[in-house]
Amino acid sequence: MSEPGTLVQDDQPLLVADHLGKNYGRLTACRDVSFALYPGEVLAIVGESGSGKSTLLQLLSAQLAPTGGCVSYRMRDGVLRDLASLGEAERRFLFRTDWGYVHQDPAQGLRMAVSAGANVGERLMAVGWNHYGRIRDTASSWLERVEIDTARVDDAPRTYSGGMRQRLQIARNLVTEPRLVFMDEPTGGLDVSVQARLLDLMRNLVSELGLAAIVVTHDLAVARLLSHRVMVMKGGRVIETGLTDQVLDDPREPYTQLLVSSILPV
Amino acid sequence: MNAPAYNFAYLDEQTKRMIRRAILKAIAIPGYQVPFASREMPMPYGWGTGGVQVTAAILGPDDVLKVIDQGSDDTTNAISIRKFFGKTAGVATTTSTTDATVIQTRHRIPEAPLHAGQVLVYQVPIPEPLRFLEPRETETRRMHALGEYGLMHVKLYEDIARFGHIATSYAYPVKVNARYVMDPSPTPKFDNPKMDNCPALQLFGAGREKRIYAIPPHTDVVSLDFEDHPFTRYRFDAPCALCGAGDSYLDEIVTDDKGGRMFVCSDTDYCEQRQQAGHRGSESAAPHKERAHV
Repeated sequence: MSEPGTLVQDDQPLLVADHLGKNYGRLTACRDVSFALYPGEVLAIVGESGSGKSTLLQLLSAQLAPTGGCVSYRMRDGVLRDLASLGEAERRFLFRTDWGYVHQDPAQGLRMAVSAGANVGERLMAVGWNHYGRIRDTASSWLERVEIDTARVDDAPRTYSGGMRQRLQIARNLVTEPRLVFMDEPTGGLDVSVQARLLDLMRNLVSELGLAAIVVTHDLAVARLLSHRVMVMKGGRVIETGLTDQVLDDPREPYTQLLVSSILPV
Repeated sequence: MNAPAYNFAYLDEQTKRMIRRAILKAIAIPGYQVPFASREMPMPYGWGTGGVQVTAAILGPDDVLKVIDQGSDDTTNAISIRKFFGKTAGVATTTSTTDATVIQTRHRIPEAPLHAGQVLVYQVPIPEPLRFLEPRETETRRMHALGEYGLMHVKLYEDIARFGHIATSYAYPVKVNARYVMDPSPTPKFDNPKMDNCPALQLFGAGREKRIYAIPPHTDVVSLDFEDHPFTRYRFDAPCALCGAGDSYLDEIVTDDKGGRMFVCSDTDYCEQRQQAGHRGSESAAPHKERAHV
């Protein structure tokens, strides 16, 4: 397996979903989803509210157990393993090191009462970093990378604006150089100029670090800017999938056509 | 019901068995918090209900009991618990650290070295060291189970970021037997090194939180720190005003409203022993000075 942080040209998939499904009692939230994600690839999952996007993201990130099918992930040693077969300790370790998860609401992904430096440093301390100076320096350099003034490294995120919080959350997730990042509506609730800046930042980071990412969004503009590939969901099923420009410029399914045509022109 | 009106050391025998089982389990897994069915005691929570139950469960007729509160044998809490066991168990009581076989303590470890055969029983208000960082009990248990202690360092990091040094001065987290991170109850961090490789058995009882944990004799106890900010002990930089001791943990006593103060040993037994041996202090101290002691 090549070093993390470099652009990987690999023909082996990083994450494979195989006939994934989830029922809540009689309600089917998600059914029969299969795809493969390759290293360095950004996949957007789009669809309206209630279409099963968030459930799918939780299934993929092993936060929910599927009622059918399985998710496999290629570990750093190159072996593809079924996530359900991992022990809880392994799964949590994966989540803290090789994966990132960016929540829509930064308050869920951050510790609002502790300083930005400690927020970024938490993952490092969890993998055994034990030198205050080095942790703080690393945290500062990450704040710089996500365009936060390093003078605010000791301020708690509750004193930050919404856009800064979201950028801090991204820094916190990327500090251990993960290979796969899950994002749940990363630009939700931000105003358009802040959104644009955040998207620009994310696009740069993703290409710099060679990250694979799965982005759930209802905003087709986000999908167009960030992703290589798009999956359109409706009623728990994937109804259309393909290259981003192909799906957005030449939608095949009537529902996708509706979705694309409902973007408000400025 | 014809339950006997009296039982040795207040608690009934079934309850003591239950507590002893929890204690044995706690000793078998050093630093692990064992849940137990804490009983109501004739005192309010926060006054040592956990420690009293542990003491009641391990006390035998031949034991000699010492009770201290912040190092002192003569405060209300210490006296009332000592009297409680004098009355309900009829055991001998003492104020001497070396003579006691069971020492119940609130927030101090005696200055005189403990020896094999002694049991130190701590009263613990909040047993969970991760509590103020992670409010969910389910989550903290999982973190203990998986040994995920990065969060504990987040607290120490936060101290340094805010105050320039690790400002946690009591309830300073320790790692027991290289496995569980444990809250040593709110003892000053001055006492932390005394827990390491201690020849006496140390038992911790939290009555309200219903947890018992233990450090068996001669167990490694390491205070958490950073490589570039190592653990330091702390005491006021003054000799005891009564006995002149330069190595004991000191209480600061305000003597007037003009800034007058004196520093005296928090461990009253240690101070008295020294005075009997002829040591004298100045009965006054230099103005407030602080220094970290490594």
